[in-house]
Amino acid sequence: MKKVVKLTVNGQPYELYIKPKTLLIEVLRDHLQLTGAKRGCETGSCGACTVILDGMAVKSCSILAIQADGGEVTTVEGLAKGNELHPLQKAFLDHGAVQCGFCTSGMLMSSKALLDENPNLDKQQIKEGIDGHICRCTGYNSIVRALTDVVKGEYKEVK
Amino acid sequence: MIRDFEYFAPKTLDEALTLLDKYRDECKVIAGGQSLIILMRQGLVAPKYVIDIKRISELNYISAGKDGVKIGAVTTHRAIEKSPVMKNGLIVLAEMEKRLSYIETRNWGTIGGNLCNANPAGDPAPVLMALNASVKMASVRGERTMAIEDFFVDSHKTALEPGELLIEIQIPPVPPHTGTAYNKFGIIEGHAAIVGVAFSITLQSGDGVCDNVRIALGASATTAIRAKKAEEVLIGKKVTNTLLKKAGETAMAEAKPLSDISASDKYRRELVRVMVARAGNEAFARAKQA
Repeated sequence: MKKVVKLTVNGQPYELYIKPKTLLIEVLRDHLQLTGAKRGCETGSCGACTVILDGMAVKSCSILAIQADGGEVTTVEGLAKGNELHPLQKAFLDHGAVQCGFCTSGMLMSSKALLDENPNLDKQQIKEGIDGHICRCTGYNSIVRALTDVVKGEYKEVK
Repeated sequence: MIRDFEYFAPKTLDEALTLLDKYRDECKVIAGGQSLIILMRQGLVAPKYVIDIKRISELNYISAGKDGVKIGAVTTHRAIEKSPVMKNGLIVLAEMEKRLSYIETRNWGTIGGNLCNANPAGDPAPVLMALNASVKMASVRGERTMAIEDFFVDSHKTALEPGELLIEIQIPPVPPHTGTAYNKFGIIEGHAAIVGVAFSITLQSGDGVCDNVRIALGASATTAIRAKKAEEVLIGKKVTNTLLKKAGETAMAEAKPLSDISASDKYRRELVRVMVARAGNEAFARAKQA
């Protein structure tokens, strides 16, 4: 039996008519064609599906979309402002923190949630903050360097 | 592929209990679903009805009072980790939460859901046992409370009756001169414990003599367990490193760990021996300062 679920995704309100078993990742990728968040392990271990829900980083493969009813979701597609990349995205590019790219959207979303919560993270906190993400290119160091530079204020947000 | 189910999102505890009473064995309760959804996707659990309690706000709280700390069942791991209540003897709860899975999972997963999943390797269970916690359950027939060590019946099996819901975790006040610690051994940070040891030791004032102690082991049997014989080694004695090592050896004999892909039962036993002594040293050092 399908139900109506209301979600705001990247500032855009949606009304969806879905089965209760539909996962948040399925709504984003299959219903809204926002394919930034990836389906990776689908057991909540790899972090590739991470999005921000009501200000918190969550794994969209492990949440029923209906449980997010009325919520605000930000995906990697919502990071840039028009043609201007988000400071995190710029830093990732400058540091070569994007290799195959599969983990990137999840890494970016968790990084954003981390920095929104504490803009003055130290290196250890950065490492702990992204430990829910697997990068199979093993590019962790460049990701940590990118985040460190954003914390240092070397990338300013466009207002 | 998750099988279709009918979904209910009751707004109050009473509504939830009425639904639970109606559907009993045919329903599953979902809170954060961080374990349940994985089991459902793997086809291991396929309920006809799912009752979502995550948004029942009367089950979402951390309250501290004279009779201790009470935590509502749908309180998230992250809320516990960041709560200012988790200090002194209760700091061990925040430290445990910080090592439970990942931030993303802790943001959505709940303490009640974790306990009801009754994974023998779960982190909260041994820590709550060491803290002498109780759990409160409710059904349409009323409420009951039991010690948390009686709540776990077997691997992934709890004392909850059909129609019954875990609603609250109760932690009594931590006595003076008490130190607590949780030691978790894993290969990958955020993964389930290969062995977890929780320790709470209360000293007679200042002299280093153990007045009371609670030692609990995770991933060392089909449920989290108390190492009661190891506790007896310490009670009434002056705590030394040698005595803590002896407690570790005793706990090793009490553990009945399983072998699985992560570790053999023999290896887990060795870990229990070493980690009981380590967690004991850590808790003892804290107790001396408390």
